[in-house]
Amino acid sequence: MRFGACSLSTTTQLQAQVQTKSKKTLARPGVKNIVLVEGVRTPFLLSGTTYADLMPHDLARAALQGLLNRTNLPKDAVDYIIYGTVIQEVKTSNVAREAALGAGFSDKIPAHTVTMACISSNQAMTTGAGLIAAGQCDAIVAGGVEFMSDVPIRHSRKMRKTMLSLSRAKTLGQRLGLIGSIRLAHLTPELPAVAEFSTAETMGHSADRLAAAFGVSRLEQDEFALRSHTLAKKAQDDGLLQDVISFKVPGRDIVSKDNGIRPSSMEQLKKLKPAFIKPHGTVTAANSSFLTDGASAVLIMSEEKALAMGYKPKAYLRPTYGTPKALERAGLSMSDIDVFEFHEAFAGQIMANLKAMDSDWLPRHTWVGTPPMEKFNLWGGSLSLGHPFGATGCRLVTTVAHRLQKEGGQYGLVAACAAGGQGHAMVIEAYPQ
Amino acid sequence: MAGARALGVLSRFTSRRYALFIGNNFRTFSMAPALLARTHVNYEVKGDVAVVRINDPSSKVNTLSVQMQREMTEVMNEVWANNAVQSAVLISSKPGCFIAGADINMIQACNSPEEVTTLSQEGQKMFERIENSPKPVVAAINGSCLGGGLEFAIACQYRVATKSKKTVLGTPEVMLGLLPGAGGTQRLPKMLGLPSAFDMMLTGRNIRADKAKKMGLVDQLVDPLGPGLKSPEERTIDYLEEVAIECARGIVSKKIPLRKEKGRMQKIQDHIMSYGFVRNQIYKTVHGKVMKQSKGLYPAPLKIIESVKTGVEQGPDAGYLAESQNFGELAKTSESAALIGLYHGQVACKKNRFGTPQKEVKTLAILGAGLMGAGIAQVTVDKGVHTVLKDTAVAGLARGEQQVYKGLNDKTRKKNITSFQRDSILSNLTGQLDYRGFENADMVIEAVFEDINIKHAVLKEVEAVVSPHCIFASNTSALPIKDIAAASKRPDKVIGMHYFSPVDKMQLLEIISTDQTSKDTIASAVAVGLKQGKVIIVVGDGPGFYTTRCLAPMLAEAVRVLQEGVDPKKLDGLTTSFGFPVGAATLADEVGIDVAAHVAEDLGKAFGSRFGGGNVEVLKTMVDLGFKGRKSGKGCYVYQPGLKTKEVNPDIGDILEKYRITPNPAVSSDSDVQYRLVSRFVNEAVMCLQEGILNGPLEGDIGAVFGLGFPPCLGGPFRFVDSFGADKLVEKMRRFEAVYGNHFTPCQLLLDHANDSSKKFHK
Repeated sequence: MRFGACSLSTTTQLQAQVQTKSKKTLARPGVKNIVLVEGVRTPFLLSGTTYADLMPHDLARAALQGLLNRTNLPKDAVDYIIYGTVIQEVKTSNVAREAALGAGFSDKIPAHTVTMACISSNQAMTTGAGLIAAGQCDAIVAGGVEFMSDVPIRHSRKMRKTMLSLSRAKTLGQRLGLIGSIRLAHLTPELPAVAEFSTAETMGHSADRLAAAFGVSRLEQDEFALRSHTLAKKAQDDGLLQDVISFKVPGRDIVSKDNGIRPSSMEQLKKLKPAFIKPHGTVTAANSSFLTDGASAVLIMSEEKALAMGYKPKAYLRPTYGTPKALERAGLSMSDIDVFEFHEAFAGQIMANLKAMDSDWLPRHTWVGTPPMEKFNLWGGSLSLGHPFGATGCRLVTTVAHRLQKEGGQYGLVAACAAGGQGHAMVIEAYPQ
Repeated sequence: MAGARALGVLSRFTSRRYALFIGNNFRTFSMAPALLARTHVNYEVKGDVAVVRINDPSSKVNTLSVQMQREMTEVMNEVWANNAVQSAVLISSKPGCFIAGADINMIQACNSPEEVTTLSQEGQKMFERIENSPKPVVAAINGSCLGGGLEFAIACQYRVATKSKKTVLGTPEVMLGLLPGAGGTQRLPKMLGLPSAFDMMLTGRNIRADKAKKMGLVDQLVDPLGPGLKSPEERTIDYLEEVAIECARGIVSKKIPLRKEKGRMQKIQDHIMSYGFVRNQIYKTVHGKVMKQSKGLYPAPLKIIESVKTGVEQGPDAGYLAESQNFGELAKTSESAALIGLYHGQVACKKNRFGTPQKEVKTLAILGAGLMGAGIAQVTVDKGVHTVLKDTAVAGLARGEQQVYKGLNDKTRKKNITSFQRDSILSNLTGQLDYRGFENADMVIEAVFEDINIKHAVLKEVEAVVSPHCIFASNTSALPIKDIAAASKRPDKVIGMHYFSPVDKMQLLEIISTDQTSKDTIASAVAVGLKQGKVIIVVGDGPGFYTTRCLAPMLAEAVRVLQEGVDPKKLDGLTTSFGFPVGAATLADEVGIDVAAHVAEDLGKAFGSRFGGGNVEVLKTMVDLGFKGRKSGKGCYVYQPGLKTKEVNPDIGDILEKYRITPNPAVSSDSDVQYRLVSRFVNEAVMCLQEGILNGPLEGDIGAVFGLGFPPCLGGPFRFVDSFGADKLVEKMRRFEAVYGNHFTPCQLLLDHANDSSKKFHK
């Protein structure tokens, strides 16, 4: 969750030289406008709850079907489907394809899966936007899915090696020899890594160090977490989370609400012990996002195509790099932005990011100031709504579009961080109502 | 019994990155005595916690100097007297160093053992007051915490350390022939138990923070922080301070217990240790191991055992007294002087006396992916230098690249680096069979076969492709550099860089400059060597330079000794009991019999009969039969993979029989054989100084000890002459000369020293 100044992730360079004169719209002559037509998501649930018996593609399928229902999109009207995911189910490694077929999309529509840690679905959207900008496609479905109720747990490397050799063994003697070579220790399973491969550090540990490096106190983190849950609860009660679709889980009830929102009190939050760095750490279970199951999907089109198909787009998408760069590219300043949706993996991480943006830590010329809290994650965030790694990006973008519509703003900014010191930012412009 | 596991440090005298004693000569004198303002130790009261900060403004590291101790005492007195203060945190403001040890000049300035004993007792008293402090003191450790620094930390009630790579704890006193003289021998056994305490004090090795936590040496760990509102170093120190302050408050409020619950294993161990005979068995085992490894040549480890034993068996009063007295005695031994001399020499040889080169070497190409070439690549590639390894054959290149990989992978397995770091380091290595990209090379080191014609051929090939600034270095062990440079269009860019095998283990690099080598070329070669972590001597050109030239007569003598019927094992025993880490016969196997034969022949031609002794034909016959030493599996000994013990090669008996010489009983006692070997070595070293090959005796000592394994307890050939007496050495040599002739004729400089006892190589 390292906030990198160098946190450049997306490969898309489109919309690079947005003219800075006009603040009215970021549209450029001769360049296709890309619009968000619709965005939906399944309710985000705590892992191990109602979705426990599903598979990842089931969730993705539900999101896709929800998108189809909302938009009445013909099942052969999209040109490409891209999904983001982090922990891959080995049986459905191209989960985009499995989900698309399962959701009834034409088998002529190609589908691929991308992975980029917590910004996987951001990357799915950016890739889609790239395909549209390049003129290869007009309509794209992008989405993300994460299913933490079940993760692939493997046999140990030694055991796997023995098993693979067994399948090649020709004689009984060879087989018996191989079976005889199995030791008790070989049976110890291998869990998917919680730590980053390159640094061997877990995200929680990293977030705690980051918070310390930026002097974010435990109190600040708990307050932020409480804010997130409170705002999410209010948004949920007020019916603002329109992107959530109802999902009839096979063998269970219909799910239509996120179940991780738990506004608590500061007293209760204070009681928790640090979860990662003991005993003096500041990141706890309550001020971190929880393991979540969920899927999201968005329909992205070129503006002409959307209008031709009779859609009323929700917003323009302007994907770029990192917040300061995103604003610079768009020729906007922090004060031009009406809606901020930042991914909050850990309260400590988001607070550190905010402090960094307000400090000398960033080079002066990229200094953009801090997003005002009255515009920031007003409908809750990953801490409270949940964070299915691969699916969060689409939720952020859809939420910005919805908030722009609801609050009447013009520009929104999405930013998210990801393991491996990467990040993603996107400017979103309201579609004229 | 982990107790005295690796005493290898003693026999090999590997240096440490973090020095225990830092000699900063004139520091204390430059201070105005009347200056009362404190410069080294200060404190600030934060709420009810006094934060005591250490920072020696005149040095890169903190040492327990006289001034530091005086200011510390003053500050602690104020802390104890301040009623608003409930506890204290002890922290260094210096990034990368808590306290690196005691000030060695303070000890060396003492004139008698008694004075040193008093010094030790003052230290003991100061730490005793810390240990008995009514207000808990928390040591917040970031960076090296060694020697006296460690003794200070363990006298505190609680220790918090950063997990930074620079944070190391240890008691390296033994490597300087001393012992932890400020309570270390008494507190460590109580803290860690006998086996771990012995291991720590007898090996002197550095312990990283996470290991220290497991051992119980440190109570809490703090992660180093990345970039944030301040630089990582600054913020990490602040963070450490914040955590330590919380700990101090926790101790006062009894939220943090000072007595930790002992685990079951710990209880069992304590129970076992409560039996006197068990402890006696440990003392005996440890003593035995020390004697086996040090051959009784190093008094320090024995005194450490004695001090610990006295403390455990006779109580703290006797223990502390024994510690301080033993410390006093050790400080004035010749062994300690020798080891300290080596330490100073090593520090001096880690500096570039030729200044900063005009151009930094960013790309280094190595010709030949053999043991040496790949070894050089191994120590270069992990220093952020783009390294090109070129060979002429795929098989050779693959073997070389595998060697580099293995070296890094071993570090990964030992958790020195992560697998990711290993991979990213390896991305800096390019293996190739042609000269592609050599135009970007800033330096080329050749490690091809030792044949002047081949060297000339590669030199010409290289000069045809490299850019004009590129330096050509030859890793030859004996060929004169000026002969190699004769084929060069730009001899000012040609230099010798003589590495020792195995390159990743041997610390020495011998750099050879000719009359034509430019100063900038030397500066650049030294800079590369320093980057590679080497201890460097820069010597003049000539057959065998310095190291090989010293080794050759000793090996010639060793061959003669073998011809005289001494068994290789006996020969090894005689050399190791003199203090050489590796016996002469084993050394020949390690160097390679073929290399030894080659060198003996070459240098024999260059220096004439003076380099005679053993018959070169012995070595040549061995080579003909394939006995090339360890690399071929057979030499003086037979080497079998997986077997630790080695047997004498049964086939060399016939060869030696063929070249049998009848020994002269007048010069064939064990002691005489030892001095025959050593005196030829030493005489040649002195002659190198006399001829100007050597820059000074210091580099001569460093080269002999770090490159050839000259007994560290003697401090090198020059210090040996000083302490043994040039006159006595000459007397012995004259006796040998009478039997063997000019092999033993002392050189003029040695005679000068023999005739005038006031002449010393080291002041």
